[in-house]
Amino acid sequence: MITKRIIPCLDVRDGKVVKGVNFGGLREVSDPVALASRYSECGADELVFYDITASSDGRKLFTDVLRRTAETVFIPLTVGGGINTTDDFGRVLACGADKVSVNTGAIKDPDLVRRAALKYGDQCVVLSVDIKRVDGVFRVFAKGGRENTGLEAIEWIRRGVESGAGEIVVNSIDTDGVKGGFDLEMLAAVCDAVDVPVIASGGAGKTEDFITLFQSVPGVDAGLAASVFHFGEIAIGDLKKELRRQNINVRL
Amino acid sequence: MIAVIDYGVGNLFSLRCSLSAVGADSVVTGDPEIIRAADRIILPGVGAFGDAAEKLKGSGMAALVKEQAAAGKPILGICLGMQLLFEKSYEYGEHAGLGLLQGEILPMEGRLPAGLKIPHIGWNALKKTKDSALLRYVKEGEHVYFVHSFYAPEDAEGVVATAEYGVSVTAAVEKDNIAGCQFHPEKSGGAGLAILRAFCEGDRR
Repeated sequence: MITKRIIPCLDVRDGKVVKGVNFGGLREVSDPVALASRYSECGADELVFYDITASSDGRKLFTDVLRRTAETVFIPLTVGGGINTTDDFGRVLACGADKVSVNTGAIKDPDLVRRAALKYGDQCVVLSVDIKRVDGVFRVFAKGGRENTGLEAIEWIRRGVESGAGEIVVNSIDTDGVKGGFDLEMLAAVCDAVDVPVIASGGAGKTEDFITLFQSVPGVDAGLAASVFHFGEIAIGDLKKELRRQNINVRL
Repeated sequence: MIAVIDYGVGNLFSLRCSLSAVGADSVVTGDPEIIRAADRIILPGVGAFGDAAEKLKGSGMAALVKEQAAAGKPILGICLGMQLLFEKSYEYGEHAGLGLLQGEILPMEGRLPAGLKIPHIGWNALKKTKDSALLRYVKEGEHVYFVHSFYAPEDAEGVVATAEYGVSVTAAVEKDNIAGCQFHPEKSGGAGLAILRAFCEGDRR
């Protein structure tokens, strides 16, 4: 049976990992390629690179990073950040990405998911959604969580899947950065609504949070996190061993 | 030299990188002379069966692959490339494959127990069902990365490994010089590289 996936997310700006990293004896890792390689060796099931570069020079550096990573790391790579057109999909897929994650780009151009799925296949289109509760309703936020689009999140996700999104990343703004655990209520609502893989993001603080995630919301396929892995608060190898001890099926 | 058949489908960057990681020289080509001169052939593939089968035929590659298979050259089909080795697929209609192996490719839709998502996407464990040169460096139960919605049932010809996903999904096939894997070895970490290494070395047992 298919395993639950553990996915570290690397924020990259101008070719470097943005957050300060102190990882397993490597001090101040700023080279995303080295970090990606370490994560892969520790048992990460997939990697997400998030390009937070604004300039076009930076974009060039990013594709170099991607290319160099794909040359040495042989697990699925997902790329997000600044994806607004099908050409953007083509650009990162040609450099070794397997999946492309689109967020604000799909809000600006709701037809983008359909066109990209048609051209590159459903399996490589990931719809990433930043969600926050507003007066008890799940709302979609844009621009890194700064702008309320007014869209109702579950309906937005359902439409995305109908258009061809092959996977959904649910980022809960309410739990992000709090390190108090994943947003189980929100994730259960999304899992009930769609039958494509759902990736949980936002809120991981400790190993138990991942155990609770997979036990409480069995429909969730993967847990994604950044800083807890970068700062060595959770070692991926240990996390997966613990998940296995709890009878959660993972790849060791 | 490994010839990776270029017939206009898919992105072969990762495959080429993984081949060079196991020390194999490879070239992505649609040139019949280069393919005939190569030691081994890889048939990649993503997308829909019918479209790929048409492109393979239209480019002359289908006839060439069959010729090379008959001549005994080792051939490895990956993902859709594995499915194309079989006689027929029911992906959006009915399409003929290369017919190098007997069997049909079926949709998962309607054949899986309720609650299992389609596509079958993610890491799944290999269950070895037969001795295999291709899988000689991987252990029983090792995980490899799958992305697909159609599959060869376990009674297909040449099955050497399956994966459990409500039904037994053919994971790898091998018969004489013809081999294939449904999963992506180039995305399956160390296990995937070990499989590519075994193919590139050939049967040295």
